[in-house]
Amino acid sequence: MSSDRSLVQIAFYAALIAALGLVPKIELGLAGGIPITAQSLGVMLAGMMLGPVRGGLAVALLLFLVALGLPFLAGGRGGIGVFYGMTAGYLAGYFFGAVAVGAIMRAMRNMNVVFGAIVSGVLGGIVVVHAFGVPVLAYKADMTLYNAFLVGSLPFIPGDLIKVALATLVAHTIARGLPSAMLSRS
Amino acid sequence: MISLYMAGNSWAHRLPARVKLLFLFVLSLLIIPFNTLWFSAALLAFVVALYATLGRRGLEKVKVVRPLLWMMVIILLVHAFLGDIEQGIIAVLRLLAMVLLANFISITTHMEALMDAVEPLFRPLRVFGISPMRMSLAVALVIRFVPVLLAVYASLQEAYKARTARSNSWRLLAPFALHAIKMTDHVSEALTARGGADGFDRS
Repeated sequence: MSSDRSLVQIAFYAALIAALGLVPKIELGLAGGIPITAQSLGVMLAGMMLGPVRGGLAVALLLFLVALGLPFLAGGRGGIGVFYGMTAGYLAGYFFGAVAVGAIMRAMRNMNVVFGAIVSGVLGGIVVVHAFGVPVLAYKADMTLYNAFLVGSLPFIPGDLIKVALATLVAHTIARGLPSAMLSRS
Repeated sequence: MISLYMAGNSWAHRLPARVKLLFLFVLSLLIIPFNTLWFSAALLAFVVALYATLGRRGLEKVKVVRPLLWMMVIILLVHAFLGDIEQGIIAVLRLLAMVLLANFISITTHMEALMDAVEPLFRPLRVFGISPMRMSLAVALVIRFVPVLLAVYASLQEAYKARTARSNSWRLLAPFALHAIKMTDHVSEALTARGGADGFDRS
């Protein structure tokens, strides 16, 4: 594995996370037509495909570009301002979430890919992300942790579960169609 | 790719990026103990005044906070429900002020100037083989890849529309990821063929 390839992979997943935040919202007929932005799906995929180190670096690179002023967050948000907003914790959570997803995926590499993707997606992609997001929201909005969880996280958890399902589907497709791309399992 | 940067030559544009970043960082720490209504309101007024010094075009940039507003309404409602609306107003004013102030740097500082300003922070990373050169290559690659990936997604969408008469579906995600990964291989081969991330003169 050359370092050039790692560099391109990190850059590509950073771009993929950005692109998933910018593509038109996907409406899910199954889930009553709620539109979801796929950005956190990209975060899960980065961890699942690249493993903890490169997955984490991909998210870190994306956040760096956002800080430089590029509108790469869902809905075209960007700039240093987003790191001072109330959702800043979720952005930190994206980084640690991708690392956690990658680490869990790696630890479960000998098990079924669908099972591994679901476990890593739920623990890393949801629990870890919200574990960073909620305290920051509580601090910024001067609310209790419980209230911050109610307004900032609970409404998004159903959508997040759908994203875990979608990420699992993508991981499964890739594990079958292009197994060499599942670096977390190699 | 559109960045938040607004071309211009105001006093804020001429200020060194490092000074602006330092000011933001110091101010964000300084305001912590001042938890009163009038202070938060004054802070917001000060930040909006900064935008106003850039002229009408600058003042219009205040609109960037619009996506945050609904969340702020919810924060206010939670506080109102708990019977302490003042605390909610302080929190919201402070959030608006800090987001706008940070954003002020983004609109008055060119990306390259910002990157140069933070470059020394990344020097310790050299231990892990992350040189500034690789860093800027990675940044350039992402900026180039995002529109490419969006174009790939658009073409998948078009094909899907032709087949199903619907415009977007979760079914496009897996092929999208496959396409993207295939492209990674091509790009990394091309990079290696051209001497790699560090260029020909090293190794």
